Amino acid sequence: MPITSVIPDAETLTLTVVGDYAVPVERLWAAWTDPRQLERFWGPPTWPATFTAFDLKVGGKAEYHMTGPEGQKSGGYWRFTEVHPGRGFTFVDGFCQPDGTPNDDLPGTIMEMEFESTPGGSRYVAVSRFPSIEAMEQLVAMGMIEGLKAAQAQLDGVLGLEAA
Amino acid sequence: MADDELDRLFRALADATRRDIVRRTLVGSVSVSGLAADYAMSFAAVQKHVAVLESAGLVSKIPSGRERLVRAEPEQLARARRALAELEAIWRQRDIQLDAILAEPEE
Repeated sequence: MPITSVIPDAETLTLTVVGDYAVPVERLWAAWTDPRQLERFWGPPTWPATFTAFDLKVGGKAEYHMTGPEGQKSGGYWRFTEVHPGRGFTFVDGFCQPDGTPNDDLPGTIMEMEFESTPGGSRYVAVSRFPSIEAMEQLVAMGMIEGLKAAQAQLDGVLGLEAA
Repeated sequence: MADDELDRLFRALADATRRDIVRRTLVGSVSVSGLAADYAMSFAAVQKHVAVLESAGLVSKIPSGRERLVRAEPEQLARARRALAELEAIWRQRDIQLDAILAEPEE
């Protein structure tokens, strides 16, 4: 599995994900900044994402929605706060109301994406800073795959970990 | 959980000393004076940090003889950990999909 590490921190509510890939950094950057590629991996298979706007510049916005197995739609937006072409970008990932307008009741997650070349190809480091447990739970509800959840529960059972 | 409860929770955890107090009292109960001995700040300042944590439900004070001991209430932290574990699963799934895209020949 290309993800090399995931570091959750329950005290600061951050999740740091490091992914290493055997492709040039330009390729990895393109996958993350071309909405047609991005929408093929941002959402899980049961909740695929569709990006309807993608304006990668400081102050620019990306708009997307995810569609659930029963046709439910859940909308979100990214607002870019930093863009360093080829190297990284930072954005606020927020929720939208059903009508597509930003939902300011739930503060957005701050996501910092960094890209770099490595001897074996390239790497991204994604740091998500969550504003609250409630927002984290909302993101889980939006993007969770039932099958994966069941698999995780089974694994926990095998490992003897009790669901808290 | 109501929004103002969450606000208190995150304000409480936004401070390094308070996070340290939570970590220390997860392992075992410690008196306020015991905590104060380890920080370069006044007893009153430590007491204030404990009060902030207490109002967020992160620690509670239990009487013990003439003292009151500070004990972490791990339930809130457990809730955060659960949500993070599920978010990790989302990233792992995302990664499987990204990896498949990167394996395709470039156009």
